[in-house]
Amino acid sequence: MPELRSETMTVNMGPQHPSTHGVLRLVLEIDGENIVSAEPTIGFLHTGIEKTAEQKKWQQVIPLVERMDYLGPQSNSLAYCLSVEKLIGLEMPERVTWIRVLIAELNRLSSHLVWLGTHGMEIGAVSVMLYCFREREQLLNLNEMLAGFRLFPSYIRIGGLREDLPRGFHEAVRTFLDKFPAKLDEYHKLLTKNQVWLGRTKGVGQLSREDTMALGLVGPLARAVGIPYDVRKAFPYLKYETFDFTVPTATAGDVYARYQVKMEEMRQSVSLCNQALARISPTGAFDCRDFRYVPPPKDRVYTEMEALIQHFLLYSQGFNVPKGEAYVPVEGPRGEHGFYVVSDGSNRPLRVKSRAPSFIACQALPKMIIGGLIADVIAVIGSTDVVMGDVDR
Amino acid sequence: MDASGLLDLLRVAVPGAAIEPLSAVDMPTLAVDRDHLLEVSRVLRDDPRLQYALLVDVTAVDRLPNEPRFEMVYHMACIGAAFLTAGATAPAQASRLRLKVGLPADDARVPSVTGIWPTAGWPEREVFDLFGIIFVDHPDLRRILMPDDWEGYPLRRDSPVQIRKDAASWSPLQMTAEEFARNVRVGHDKAVKRAHPVAPKPDVQ
Repeated sequence: MPELRSETMTVNMGPQHPSTHGVLRLVLEIDGENIVSAEPTIGFLHTGIEKTAEQKKWQQVIPLVERMDYLGPQSNSLAYCLSVEKLIGLEMPERVTWIRVLIAELNRLSSHLVWLGTHGMEIGAVSVMLYCFREREQLLNLNEMLAGFRLFPSYIRIGGLREDLPRGFHEAVRTFLDKFPAKLDEYHKLLTKNQVWLGRTKGVGQLSREDTMALGLVGPLARAVGIPYDVRKAFPYLKYETFDFTVPTATAGDVYARYQVKMEEMRQSVSLCNQALARISPTGAFDCRDFRYVPPPKDRVYTEMEALIQHFLLYSQGFNVPKGEAYVPVEGPRGEHGFYVVSDGSNRPLRVKSRAPSFIACQALPKMIIGGLIADVIAVIGSTDVVMGDVDR
Repeated sequence: MDASGLLDLLRVAVPGAAIEPLSAVDMPTLAVDRDHLLEVSRVLRDDPRLQYALLVDVTAVDRLPNEPRFEMVYHMACIGAAFLTAGATAPAQASRLRLKVGLPADDARVPSVTGIWPTAGWPEREVFDLFGIIFVDHPDLRRILMPDDWEGYPLRRDSPVQIRKDAASWSPLQMTAEEFARNVRVGHDKAVKRAHPVAPKPDVQ
């Protein structure tokens, strides 16, 4: 009788695997069901946005950066605009800040809903996806109201916002916020104590505190191992220090802990939205009113020569940004997210670099999946919430 | 700790390093020579008064035609009480820091900081991929975003924005009309043969 041979097998997971969030390819070496080694291969979605941005005027970069992290587009544009505004030294009126906070938090809700829906579906809870996308649809409708574009609104601009809030926006957001906590309870009912869910997520993909920090993981991944780091608290921007909210943490560091942290983040976001909405006055400034950077109001453009010239200059040549560099991070849905912008004093950026949280999380995937089972790979990828547009840029 | 205090601390901890403060609007910025980059980084991470445990990002800027042409940029953060580095007993003040290393065009190599912050692995690969800067002692220095057989470094200022080039693994089908017709005829005959394995007998009158 021939001797039983045992050898490891190399399996390609992706890039067309439906559960790898786009085009992530994992080369797995497996011994039966156990993962011996794993190597993520990325770059399939590389579109050279950073190179393209160097050819554009400052304001024109916004639609490009929104397409990086396509599930949290407004956190991209917010981070980019804050960095450029820091470089120029622009101060925003309070109303603009509150509107930006509201948009950033709605954006976080929208991104987390896609995460929860797809994460649940990948592990086998298909109905969760239907529930989450039902609410996400309403958030996309709000985007449509805001800017006429559901996925990439490009509503946040350097120097403020594109235009004032549309009529009926307050009421629409209020309606959504009043209904949403009950929906969140529904998700909890579906998953939080579900035995199958617990079995698939508890103790899976664990990380230690030291590894998390060494691998540069921040955001929900770090909060799930008990590192209560949140950019909104540690390095406040948009006057987040004046808002009342807590940073949810867990200590287990597994997939379930990440789930708990993100679910609680949604509740905090609802609270932040409510606070921001209460502060937004029905009328008022929607940009910095510094006409070197934002176009003058249309009624002045049609009646005054200077305003018309300024309007023409802004739309043909753009504006110059003083020489220098800035990096102002925001707390995006996936962790610290920022743009390092460098200016040589001209009307086009010299360099636009995104600090992409998904890119860093992708690097840490082998650490989380080696030693586990092949079925857990999907659970781990889902819990890190990587967006390949953000990884490859 | 403010920029001047940081500077004094580093100059004492790493004698011989050329550390210069640079002006920036958002955070303290220091320029370091590349020979002392690793020593300075280690102090920044391990000193209990600094605790820059989080390396936020590694990137580069191409300053063509200025010299030094390349500028490595390291962003790091101390996140205060949320995380203490090994050996520290009290949290340091949460702060951010930018470290810059200038690299000449003809010798664009810099020591890798992956030994100090493992998170630098992929960002350094990205910089190598897009700028062609060599990271000495990097454990796995390969292209990451661009295809493995890509020529050139796309984010350099002298790299063209658009390259019109046929994909290497595919060439368009070139065929004349006659070849095409003959091909079709051969295919047709084969199909007939398959359908009628025995040639039909000619009609005999």
